[in-house]
Order: sequence, then C-alpha cells, then structure tokens
Amino acid sequence: MSRIEKTSEKLTRKFKTNKGLSHFYALFDAIDKFLLTPDSTTIRGSHIRDSVDVKRLMTTVMIALTPSLFFGFWNTGYQHFLSYGIQAAFWKCFGFGFLKWLPIVLVTYISGLAVEVFFAQIRKEEVAEGFFVTGMLIPMILPPEIPLWTVAVATIFATLFAKEVFGGTGYNFLNPALVARAFIFFAFPSVISGDSIWIADKADAFTGATPLADVALGNISSLPSIKDMFLGTIPGCLGETSTLAILIGAALLIVTNVASWRIILSVIIGGLAAGFTFNLIGTTPAMSIPPYYHLLMGGFMFGAVFMATDPVTSPHTNSGKLIYGLLIGILTVVIRVCNKGYAEGMMLSILLMNVFTPLIDYLSIQRNINKRVSRWNSAKSNKNSR
Amino acid sequence: MLLKKYLGPLNKENPILVQVLGVCSALAVTAQVKPAVVMGISVAVVCGFSNLILSLLRNTIPQRVRIIVQLVIVAALVIIVDQFLKAYFYDISKMLSVFVSLIITNCIVMGRIEAFALSHKPIPSFIDGLANGIGYGLVLLIVSFFRELLGSGTLWNHQVIPQSFYSNGYLNNGLMVLPPMALIIIGVIIWIQRSIHKELQEE
Repeated sequence: MSRIEKTSEKLTRKFKTNKGLSHFYALFDAIDKFLLTPDSTTIRGSHIRDSVDVKRLMTTVMIALTPSLFFGFWNTGYQHFLSYGIQAAFWKCFGFGFLKWLPIVLVTYISGLAVEVFFAQIRKEEVAEGFFVTGMLIPMILPPEIPLWTVAVATIFATLFAKEVFGGTGYNFLNPALVARAFIFFAFPSVISGDSIWIADKADAFTGATPLADVALGNISSLPSIKDMFLGTIPGCLGETSTLAILIGAALLIVTNVASWRIILSVIIGGLAAGFTFNLIGTTPAMSIPPYYHLLMGGFMFGAVFMATDPVTSPHTNSGKLIYGLLIGILTVVIRVCNKGYAEGMMLSILLMNVFTPLIDYLSIQRNINKRVSRWNSAKSNKNSR
Repeated sequence: MLLKKYLGPLNKENPILVQVLGVCSALAVTAQVKPAVVMGISVAVVCGFSNLILSLLRNTIPQRVRIIVQLVIVAALVIIVDQFLKAYFYDISKMLSVFVSLIITNCIVMGRIEAFALSHKPIPSFIDGLANGIGYGLVLLIVSFFRELLGSGTLWNHQVIPQSFYSNGYLNNGLMVLPPMALIIIGVIIWIQRSIHKELQEE
C-alpha cells in the first residue's frame, strides 16, 4: 500500500470519528473519491456490466466539450480584437478568452459545489459527480461579459431548486445548467440579451449583434456567411458558436454511446422541418431564411448535443426520444421565428420538453403494453378458433 | 388553551402553508407589499364578517340551499370592500384589479364558513374568520416583502437598496416580479415551517 493511500485511510478514520471534523466529512469524502479510486466494493452478487460508471460518463462528456471550449477561448479573444480592428495572434486570442472564462468557471464550481456539499452533509450522503459537467456547461452557455455575482446567484438557485430539492443527482427533472441560464435570462435580462454583451470588452462603435438578433429584427442581409457560422467565428455565448467543434464532440458522444443519437438526430430533423414549413408560409423575413441556417445560429447544435441528451432529463424509451427531440427542434424554430421577444428558443424548448419527459415515457410504454396485450389476445382467439 | 386554538391559523393551521388554500391570489398580488397588505386586510374582514353573519343565521338556513345563501352574503361583503377601496384607496384598488372581487372564490372564505361558522357560535366564528384572514395576510406579507425588496429594490414604495449598490453593478431580480417566484418563495416558507414543526410533514 502506497503512502498516499495510507494517509487517506488515516484521514478518513479521523474525519469519521473526530467530533469537530465530522461536519466536513462530505467535503473530505468528495475530494478523496475524486483523487483516489474508492476501496468499497459490492459484497455479494456483483452487478457490474462494464466499466462505464457515472464518473466515466462524466469524463467522456468533459472530453467531448473540450473542442467547443477551446474554440470558445479563441473566439472570445478573436471577437474582442476584431471589434477594435486588430488581427491578433492565435495565442493572444486564446489567452484572452481563457482569462475571461476562468473566473466564471471558478465562481460556478465554488457556488454550486458549496450547495452540493452542504446538502450531502445534511443528508449524510456522498457528493455526487453530477455537478462536474453542470459546472462546466454553465459558463459555456453564458456570454463572456456576464457579471460574476449573477453567475453565483443563478448557480446556487439552479443547484438548490432544480436539483437538491428533488433529491440530488439523478432525481432532477430539469436540466440544472439550463435552469441557471433561464434564471439569469428572466431575472437579469440586461446582462444576457441585447446587442452589446456578446463580445468581451467590445469597442463602442462595433455593433456585435448575434445572427439570431439579426433574424429577430429582420436584418437578413446582415447575417454572417455560412462558413463563418459553421466554423463559429461569430459573437455569441462562450461555447456555443462553433458548429464544427460541437460536431466533433457529438461524434465522440455517439461513438461511446454516452449521448443518444436518436435525440440529436430528431432535434435536427425537427428544426429543419419547422424551418422548411415556415419557408412555405414565408410572410416575414424571419420565416424565409433557409432552414439549415437555424442549425448554425445560436445554441441550436450545442443544445441538441449537450443539453437535450442529458440522460436524467430525457426520455428513456426509444420512440419517446424521437418525439422529444422532434418537438424540441420544432419548438425552437417556432420560438425563434414567431416570438420577437426571445431571439433564442433552444433553452426554453428544452426546459419545456424536460417537463414533458415523464409523460412521453409513460405514453410510449403504455402504447407498447397495449400493443402486446392486443397481440396476446389475438393469438389466444386464433388458438380458440382453430 | 382557547387562545392557542384561535391562533392556529397563524402557524400550524395556516390556510396557505398547511391547508394550501388561496394560493392563486397569493401569487398574483404579492409583487409589492402595499397591495399585499391591503389584500390581506380585505380577506380578513370578509372572512371575519361572513363567518359572523352566517353563524348568526346558521339555524335558519335550510341545508340544501346553504351554499347559495353563503355566496350571496360573501358577495355582498366583497362588493362593500371593493367599493370602499375604490372610494378611499383608488390607486391600490387599481393595482389589485379583479383580485378583490375574486375574494369570493377564495377557498379560505367558503372553507371557514363550511368548516367552522355553520357549527359554532357567532363570537368564536368571527374570531376564527379573522384569524384565518390574518394568517393568510401574514404569508402575503412575507412573500411580498422578499418580492418587492429583491424585485424592485423598494419596500412600501420607498427605495431601500441604496443607489451605490446599483452603480456597483447590482441589478433588480426581474424574476421576483413574476408570479413563478412567488410560488417558489411560498415553497421555501413551507419547507422552513415543516423543518421546524416536524409533525406537519406528510408521509
């Protein structure tokens, strides 16, 4: 046994028995489990199917997020220097974005984990891994200039009311990262909407409107080129702009079977179908943009790949996943095109469908039961008539 | 002992927190303290006097038509309160809009008549109605306090949060002005209340 393990064991005993230290057992346990492999094993009748546990799932999602994250660093810096008309070097852009992102992610983790540890201590449970991905997602769906105290308030609100109240990781019915964003969106609309907040430390003369804002205002002609939107060199939230980087992450998630391809695909189909239908109506400029533009603008792909596929808040049945995804895609485009007040519909439509998830699952299971009952009945009557 | 019985609606038998009655208006009128207090007083008055009148009439009302009689009396009281507010507190009555007239549909009023006034003497009935109305008003006061403080930075229409906060980047919480946040605040109050009084926790 190595010295580190010995120290850990000694500390565990100390934290369990010592009166003063036992208040911090949940915190110690979380750090201990994060650093070292837990030594507890199932005693009888092992239930392990393969080595993929919650920790491994979360790590895979983290790795899948890195292309979008790294691109986000670079793009944040690139947009900043672009607004001043400076062509900055790659590492300068990257470093600028990284320094914008670092305080946001630190605030998110500290405030969110504080709530998690607090509840774990009260309930005498271990701190679950769930928050690691949530804490990574929250900064990626926020604009780079977001005031840090609003991030802290929103993270605490989301962890408390979207997750811990319902029992913690695995029991939440809403995606906590999206709840945090929705909280900021409704509580402090001035820091997360409008034209001036999407570029960090922007030059005053530069407009900096996102493509979605252009669509909402009907300025179709000022939309960036398809190439820019696909690569992601456009203003927007930290991690959502590059469709290419998100697709790389999506490929990893699908290959490792962490995210459901059914959901991702059906969200895309739903969005395209709704966009195409609006093209046929085509009375306003927002209705007449090509359907695939919707996939490239705003948080559509990020939502489809990383938010809609959250295994806790999406349906478990295969047919349910298709219905869920289709409705997310359709609703997103409907909100974008029809509602001038909310330029982006992805967040609200995913949250709405999260609420409907249990109903969708119930209906598709019920449909299956009815089908089997009728099959059994017809088999029985065939037997009798023979 | 007697006092304890009548003070029940303030805490352990609170109409909103324990019986979960009258939640709709509690969400609608609590964006500011002033209308919430007026609403609480109005409900207390209507609830108290309707209990008193119906308790006086309880032996003369035929069982089968009692709901209609109750409605007529409550409606008359609500109209009196509504007209009174319109005459003396016009701006608040504008703010409360239909919610004053909707006191008639408030489950607390009818609930107390059915559960208490029809089987008790006038004076206890009056006190019971008043206490329930005050219990309702108390929750409204707590909810509206947080909603107005965090949502508008004011209390009773006076600026409470200093200007220096705003110039340092503090923002009013727009979600507090919207009804969903009232529901969450009531939920938190229920949470705190049930953690203090464990016997109120449902299985």
